[in-house]
Amino acid sequence: MMNQMIVDRNDAKLSMAHLFIAFAAVLLGGIAGLLQTLVRSGTIVLPAGIGYYQLLTAHGILLALVFTTYFIIGFFYAGMSRTMGKFYDQPYRMGWLGYIVMTIGTVLTTIMILLNEGTVLYTFYAPLKASPWFYIGLTLFIVGTWLAGGAMCHQYYIWKKVSHKKISPLFSFMAVMTMVLWFVATIGVAVSVIFQFIPWSFGWVDEINILLSRTLFWYFGHPLVYFWLLPAYVCWYVIIPEIIGGKIFSDSLARLSFVLFLLFSIPVGFHHQLLESGISPFWKYLQVVLTFMVIVPSLMTAFSLFASFEIAGRKKGAKGLFGWFRALPWKDARFFAPMVGMLIFIPAGAGGIINASNQMNQIVHNTLWVTGHFHLTVASSVALTFFGIAYWLIPHLTGRVLTGRMHQIANLQTVLWAIGMFFMSGAMHTVGLLGAPRRTAYTTYQDNPDALGWIPYEVTMAVGGSILFIAILLLIYIITDLAFFAPKGKEDFPIGEVAEGAEKTPAILENWRLWLGIATVLILVAYTVPVVHMIEHAPPGSPGYKFW
Amino acid sequence: MHMHKLERLWLMIGSGALIVFLLVIGVNAFAMGHTPPSDSNILDPTQVDLTAPFDDPGLKKIGDNEYELVLVAQAFTFQSNDELKIPEGATVHFKVTSKDVVHGFQIPKTNVNMMITPGHVNTITHTFDEAGQFLILCNEYCGVGHQAMGVPLEVIK
Repeated sequence: MMNQMIVDRNDAKLSMAHLFIAFAAVLLGGIAGLLQTLVRSGTIVLPAGIGYYQLLTAHGILLALVFTTYFIIGFFYAGMSRTMGKFYDQPYRMGWLGYIVMTIGTVLTTIMILLNEGTVLYTFYAPLKASPWFYIGLTLFIVGTWLAGGAMCHQYYIWKKVSHKKISPLFSFMAVMTMVLWFVATIGVAVSVIFQFIPWSFGWVDEINILLSRTLFWYFGHPLVYFWLLPAYVCWYVIIPEIIGGKIFSDSLARLSFVLFLLFSIPVGFHHQLLESGISPFWKYLQVVLTFMVIVPSLMTAFSLFASFEIAGRKKGAKGLFGWFRALPWKDARFFAPMVGMLIFIPAGAGGIINASNQMNQIVHNTLWVTGHFHLTVASSVALTFFGIAYWLIPHLTGRVLTGRMHQIANLQTVLWAIGMFFMSGAMHTVGLLGAPRRTAYTTYQDNPDALGWIPYEVTMAVGGSILFIAILLLIYIITDLAFFAPKGKEDFPIGEVAEGAEKTPAILENWRLWLGIATVLILVAYTVPVVHMIEHAPPGSPGYKFW
Repeated sequence: MHMHKLERLWLMIGSGALIVFLLVIGVNAFAMGHTPPSDSNILDPTQVDLTAPFDDPGLKKIGDNEYELVLVAQAFTFQSNDELKIPEGATVHFKVTSKDVVHGFQIPKTNVNMMITPGHVNTITHTFDEAGQFLILCNEYCGVGHQAMGVPLEVIK
């Protein structure tokens, strides 16, 4: 199986094509983010008629959708090629088709944002009405990701047929599970955009059902965050144990946690709509309970990761209760960036529990606290893990090496990121508790004393944002070097092995019909009654507004 | 499936804490009446000015130091025919709808926070125990003037 140690050259090109767009989006989205923090703190006024909310829309779409999705798909193609072998012709072609469709969609949506025809933020809540081409761009983007997911599922299907194996490689299983989660989740937003937004924005229908559109959005919006998180978990479960010289603690528990994410990350969207009219408190609470079920696989993940760390440390001769912690390879950028991401996930996850806590949400909803929260989760835990993956994945794919000097620069990047985020997210959390709203340009509300008291925190956010921007420039330097200039050589694609003596993985974990069946039942239980109520008990719909 | 005994213990403690926590917020919500704002009343969002009580938004005294404050959210203000001044210790029932897009309704320093979606009414109650200046602000992006959408609320001694 020698050929499986290196990603096939053509698959590498497909993967790299995605990674380039991902990191270009980081640079552009980062510029928007820096400017936002400077505007919000009253430091600068935007020139040339650029709007704050236009930048905010660009920032959200470029980072939360474009960077994450392109990176995830590029990473999965490479990892599936590494663990299952070269992509077969049909899925390979479908992969390129998906890339083209996604990219047309991305370009179209970006043009609409630049033309100020889509300043509706990345959540595009109706009845703010963007140009139809903004929504069509988003639709093409989603269709492109479906083609990518289809390519991966097809590759997995052929591999199973040809190899006659019941259990697939852990990496590929996790990649397919993540894409299956994505399929189920995106149905909601696709239905809303195709049947509600596009006909309404073209003027074919006059009105839109607001509550239904928001519910369909959040049916998608919460699993979206697990779509970002699960690829980071793939790295933590499958790749980190190999980098630290350890083993995967348990293959079956790793798969079980991914199954639980499929089941419990979708029927939970109401926890983003807790303060809304028209949904009864009972259904809100039911979805809060389901939301909290995902804490179980997260606890499993935490246990399993730290067990891997301890086993690896002790094997190297670490003594005492916590000696293994010092024995970890802190100077290795492939480990350090994801590890800092993991540590940040501890407060980040705790903040998430607060946000979803039914009536407690009232204290933080739509304040800067929430912005602070997801800058720890997706913009730190997930982003740092993705950066850490890129440090070995890009040289692996381009036939170069991550040199000792680059390890040091990459570690500096991680430290800068953590410091910048400490200031920015810390200030956001604090000023959010004081009541400062999110998604709001510089304002003092006519010199209201409470609002004036928020300014120092907003300045702190700008300081943090500036440090983060320097970290982004450093990141772009590293990525460019690894893609084009680093010394030629062979960089490993680390894939962990399962610990000896770990139990054989039961085939039921790959029973897709069973898990998709249970997921469907949970979704129907959580959504049928309230959605039927929303349609039958709907007020007259809303016409569109363009308030920007 | 086999599970390490420490992992089983870890998950039992974690899940146990989770159940206790969900029971606490459940009891607080349903037995103690702290469910999040979830009004089920609807109206035609294009006819707000003609629909009671939003045809005459403002402050109405409905009991002993108890008020109903009806407001219409619209880009970029909260509309009221009365000055927003209430006495210390007053209990205020806020009743709000939107004439155009989605808005937020939040009063910093209090737990007042709810979404205002067009076509729907939303309600929340708060007792102002201390006198002072308060600010009602919109915390959902509603357009280019969103950051200006705030009105003062004065609680007088």
